[in-house]
Amino acid sequence: MKFGVVVFPGSNCDADCYHVIKEVMEQPVEYIWHKENSVAGYDALILPGGFSYGDYLRTGAIARFSPIMPSVTEFAEGGGLLIGICNGFQILLEAGLLPGAMLRNSSLKFICQPVYLKVNRNDTPFTNQLKADEVLKVPVAHGEGNYFCDDQTLQSLKDNGQIIFTYCSEKGQEGLEYNPNGSLANIAGICNSKGNVLGMMPHPERCAEGILGGQDGFYIFASMINWLGEVGK
Amino acid sequence: MLKANIYVTLKNGVLDPQGEAVKKSLKVLDYGQVSDVRIGKFIEVWLEGADCDSALKELEEMTDKLLANPVIEDYRVEIVEVNQP
Repeated sequence: MKFGVVVFPGSNCDADCYHVIKEVMEQPVEYIWHKENSVAGYDALILPGGFSYGDYLRTGAIARFSPIMPSVTEFAEGGGLLIGICNGFQILLEAGLLPGAMLRNSSLKFICQPVYLKVNRNDTPFTNQLKADEVLKVPVAHGEGNYFCDDQTLQSLKDNGQIIFTYCSEKGQEGLEYNPNGSLANIAGICNSKGNVLGMMPHPERCAEGILGGQDGFYIFASMINWLGEVGK
Repeated sequence: MLKANIYVTLKNGVLDPQGEAVKKSLKVLDYGQVSDVRIGKFIEVWLEGADCDSALKELEEMTDKLLANPVIEDYRVEIVEVNQP
């Protein structure tokens, strides 16, 4: 399973993602500079976290016009596995590969802390190695993770089961007090209607091995690898 | 030379945490008549060799594409003649 980590100017979680795929998941992985224009040969793509283009104008707004993005879009539209983490999620929203937009955190603060996430579905390419309703502990680090969409879009996200991760308590309870950024419907991660594109604000690559104090993120990458193996059969 | 003033504002119903914080601050400063504050962006774009009609068309296109996010923002474009940038 060959992974590609797209690197934009200002990406800063690219090396973490690369490390996890290569050293922890033991899969081939390469960096893809944003000025390239092909993603041929990759089985899965990661848009990593960071501050692409300094978050100028809006988070992800300029990165989404990088030369690599037409082929990333084509890859996703063809059913390729694509995960956007944090700034990567913001880029997916700006690119229209996922619905909605990000607003400034309701606290106006940059938040950097571990949060609890509920896994709403475990039949997706990104969660098949997890249990439904399982609670994960994954760090967030963002200033703009306050997910917003209109009522109609929210309803369709719910109806299609596209809300994959929601912020919750350690015991899996949802509520405003467990929502770190004011995100609509406690949304921490959503997928597209086909299920092959996931965007999430929390950072699974920062908790994929024991030495970092948590391994819950490991299972998201393991799910992708497992899914690719199943589909490849 | 033409200059465009582009006002990008949050749509009605979209929460504006910055506006809320500024509103609270104005209240603290005793401006009791303030009932709401919304914060947007003001973007200036200079264009060379364009006439008003084609400039407006192009400005709307660039605003739809990049300068504003239609999911959360509205915008208004104003064009004025200027001598120098």
